[in-house]
Amino acid sequence: MHSALLAIDLFLVIEKLVLIIGIVSISLVIAMYETYAERKVAAFIQDRIGPNRAGPFGILQPLADGLKLFMKEEIIPNTSNRLLFILGPCLAMMAAMMTSAVIPWGGKLNVFGREVSLQIADINIGILYVFGVVSMGVYGIMIGGWASNNKFSLMAALRGASQVISYELPMGLSLIALLMVTGSLKMSEIVGQQMDSVWNICYQPLGFFIFLVCAFAECNRTPFDLPEAENELNFGYHQEYSSMKLGFYLFAEYINMFISSVVMATLFFGGYDVPFFNDAAHADWGNWLVALQGAVLLIKVCFFIFLFMWVRWTIPRFRYDQLMNLGWKTLIPLSLFNMVVTAAFVLWKSNGYKF
Amino acid sequence: MQALTNRAKAVDRKPLSLIEKLYVWNIGKGMIITLGHFFKKKATISYPEEKRPFSPVFRGLHILNRDEEGRERCTACGLCALACPAEAITMEAAERLPGEENLYREEKYAAKYEINMLRCIFCGLCEEACPKDAVYLSETFAPSNYQRKGFIYGKQDLLIPSPKENPGEYQKAIGNRKAN
Repeated sequence: MHSALLAIDLFLVIEKLVLIIGIVSISLVIAMYETYAERKVAAFIQDRIGPNRAGPFGILQPLADGLKLFMKEEIIPNTSNRLLFILGPCLAMMAAMMTSAVIPWGGKLNVFGREVSLQIADINIGILYVFGVVSMGVYGIMIGGWASNNKFSLMAALRGASQVISYELPMGLSLIALLMVTGSLKMSEIVGQQMDSVWNICYQPLGFFIFLVCAFAECNRTPFDLPEAENELNFGYHQEYSSMKLGFYLFAEYINMFISSVVMATLFFGGYDVPFFNDAAHADWGNWLVALQGAVLLIKVCFFIFLFMWVRWTIPRFRYDQLMNLGWKTLIPLSLFNMVVTAAFVLWKSNGYKF
Repeated sequence: MQALTNRAKAVDRKPLSLIEKLYVWNIGKGMIITLGHFFKKKATISYPEEKRPFSPVFRGLHILNRDEEGRERCTACGLCALACPAEAITMEAAERLPGEENLYREEKYAAKYEINMLRCIFCGLCEEACPKDAVYLSETFAPSNYQRKGFIYGKQDLLIPSPKENPGEYQKAIGNRKAN
């Protein structure tokens, strides 16, 4: 056997492990504070002030909520399928966390003379990976809903499955148009192209809009929160769940929101590109530049998270037939149209703008 | 048919236009409205630190009054208990002994005076029935309690602080009312 294959680069393993731990914990902390932000945004939009007792401005509220969830009694219904009942929230959480692996969080850090890329896995099919993992998220809903052995949960699981499948189509179609523009599936290359020229939102405004709507549907956020419609289905697929298993489901939703915000920022808003600022010309800033890039990405992500919440507290839930009509009769034709127009432009451009 | 008010609005059942079907325009309008509320002044009052002022005619917890020398005004006549529609007031009368003139204004006084705040409907009829101006309703309400017996207020809970021994507390309890 070839010896070079066996020689494992120990530093690479350590570097990736540190990155994974860092990114997972950052995602968890952000998800925690998303719950706080959600309550604050909801309160402010409804002319209230929101949680403000635990710590200054209620900053410790998510800790209190988490502690409460952990302390609660854990109930597994005796008619449920025990294995699947436990597997459901685990799958939901896992699918939510896995997407972050292919996202470029910043440029290359310089640690002790070693170049460290702030991306766990720079695979060349990055977007396909995101799609694969995101569509796994529906298994958490389906398995959890089915294993609960409850009519409401089953209804919610059915709704969730059909909704996610319906909205994955326009999402994929809108991304195909984007991929025609970029010519690459690699996340780091898509960001690199945007750093050199303008952001993809300028080329693909319609594509971004379709992607945004579909991201709302994929995250089961209002106006597409039919799987957990509390007033129709008693909280839907996680009705039978309690304690931290419920917490996992709720957490998975917030992590999904964070990750889809990151994906949107990366694909359409230049990722970690600092706007109105030539990153390449300031390479001598070294690690500070990378930190700045990470901060800029975080700001973009925060804006999208705010958008998610803003929409949630503005728009009421769609009816099921409206949801399906919007998905199949409006978004798919729109994204097909977007795809054809983009393809024509790309062809025209490669032909030197001649017919 | 003529509308009763000018607020009546005919229901519009036109089929949705293309822009309306895309929801985008109306959603945008809605989002601007909610963003406006985001920056509005909040209606919340942070309760224990900040309190809304009560109306001067608010009927809250009862107070057993004293006269200006600090003697209890109540003579245990029972008119308040009789007037009470909720039967929340009970009392026991006792005779003033020699040497207690600085405690009780008349020869007869209430040895026990209890109001059950769970029964009380805060109608204020006891206040109106009292011939001696001994009981009145203040501008506070009953704090929560874990037990029912915590809501049965005895004399030590109801009596106003003495204006002689504790004038500051007395003024606070009397509030905006005319001291009599």
